[in-house]
Amino acid sequence: MTRVTKPTIIVKRPLSAQQIWGRIGIYAFLGGLALFFFLPAYVMLVTSFKGMDEIRLGHIFTLPQQFSFDAWVKAWTSACTGLDCTGLRVGFWNSVKIVVPSMTLSILLGAINGYALSFWKVKGANVLFACLLLGSFIPYQVFIYPLVRVYAQAGIYGSLPAIVLTHIIFGMPVMTLLFRNYYSGLPVELFKAARVDGAGFWKIFFAIILPMSAPITIVAVIMQVTAIWNDFLLGLVFAGRENLPMTVQLNNIVNTTTGERAYNVNMAATMLTSLVPLVVYLVSGRWFVRGIASGAVKG
Amino acid sequence: MAAVVIFAYLGTLAWSVRLSFSSSKLLPRNDFIGIAQYLTLFDTPRWLTSLGNLVIIAFFFLVICFILGTLLAIFIDQNVRAESLFRTVFLYPYAMSFVVAGLIWQWILNPEFGIQQTMRSFGFSGFVLDWVVNPKMVLYAIIMATVWHGSGLVMALLLAGLRGIDGEIWKATRIDGIPTWRVYLQVILPMLRPMIITSLVLLSISIIKMYDVVVAMTNGGPGTASEVPAKFIMDNLFERANIGLATAASTVMLITVMFIMAPVLYFQYFRKSGSSS
Repeated sequence: MTRVTKPTIIVKRPLSAQQIWGRIGIYAFLGGLALFFFLPAYVMLVTSFKGMDEIRLGHIFTLPQQFSFDAWVKAWTSACTGLDCTGLRVGFWNSVKIVVPSMTLSILLGAINGYALSFWKVKGANVLFACLLLGSFIPYQVFIYPLVRVYAQAGIYGSLPAIVLTHIIFGMPVMTLLFRNYYSGLPVELFKAARVDGAGFWKIFFAIILPMSAPITIVAVIMQVTAIWNDFLLGLVFAGRENLPMTVQLNNIVNTTTGERAYNVNMAATMLTSLVPLVVYLVSGRWFVRGIASGAVKG
Repeated sequence: MAAVVIFAYLGTLAWSVRLSFSSSKLLPRNDFIGIAQYLTLFDTPRWLTSLGNLVIIAFFFLVICFILGTLLAIFIDQNVRAESLFRTVFLYPYAMSFVVAGLIWQWILNPEFGIQQTMRSFGFSGFVLDWVVNPKMVLYAIIMATVWHGSGLVMALLLAGLRGIDGEIWKATRIDGIPTWRVYLQVILPMLRPMIITSLVLLSISIIKMYDVVVAMTNGGPGTASEVPAKFIMDNLFERANIGLATAASTVMLITVMFIMAPVLYFQYFRKSGSSS
């Protein structure tokens, strides 16, 4: 997004007293709220480096007296999720195993669907489009029971294919919309010329459309990686005990341990779980905003 | 391809709705008992509690998120230094999972170790901040976590909108001598309507679907003080083996979402692009 220059504020001129107070007010407001928003991250970080003795003192804001990585190591390798005590790394790799195929396939299918919808005048495309729009907002709860039954019938309930398939199904409407909106902004002439040259559906897709899809694919990847990584409900229901994603394991670590809660381990585990979406967010910068905005209602 | 998916969608959807008119308990049954499940549903105290909770959470969440997000966007738009730093700090919670948000706030608000204990150790021995375990306040703890999670989204969308506003408008209002706050209220915000609607719709949908944050933070407790509809459905589906009731509840949820979405979608897409598509 290009920055529109605003003619109002000219910084070079000395500010009047009122303007100075205005500036102070702005920074006080933003700074105060920034503290509030940053607080949880800070608390998590310092807690994860403390020992339990120190945590029992009840100063959640103080810096750790004895800095230690033990909690992180424990969270990764030996924290108990339910009965297994193999740490979050299991969940991490489960999440990776879920995210990679779900993301790849749903983006590919979304691209093909979007392409078909915007260039090949499919019959009833408008009705399809309306259904897709609605489909992207329907609460998952409505679908869960029938899906469980279908998967059970097919013998894949509680397996990796089940959870991947579920993510693909639920990712499809948004991905299709995203690509449809992007492709409808491309010049139709390109497509027409290819048709004249005798290229068919797939040839045009792979030779012309796909190479031009890089910008929107980045947005799609950001959306799908964060959405699938952060999913809790679907993983809980469909993944089965062997493939529980990191978010579900995290919740198990924190909420089902018996005896004294190891808060430092919990916080380290929480940070580990949010690491992937945070990295995506920090690396992708304003693409991230574009992603969530186009995942919304606009295209 | 898309057609297949939609058939799958509509099929499962119809199946769900169909089940809500049957007497299914642990196993689905194919009988038809009319709206009895709906009558039972609205006679179930736990469902009514969860609906009431949802209304309270949704109201405060939307109002606070919107006001906070808008103010943040406007203030950040005043040529502040370190703008990207501020943006990063306000939006990072949105990148994280709801489970994570719930767990973090549960920890901070935990009466034994969290803010309450810290304040007491500073000598305020009567200081009380027990929202997570207090049935009267637990909803506000959840609201706090969700506001923390969602305000950045409003900020990001509105900021993008503010950046798209023509500088001429600012010039014109300056010449007319209209105070800045009135320009924002009466000129700029109405111009940002699409962004505002987008963010409000996104937030509403996320609140109706809300499940993870409650499970992570309070698991519906203490007692049933923080039950929400999505959790009610999941519990009846998997733990209480009451499929008929669960599908009836999910149908109610579906209707609510449709109710919010239909007019928005209509105005966003079909009226505007009616001629072109």
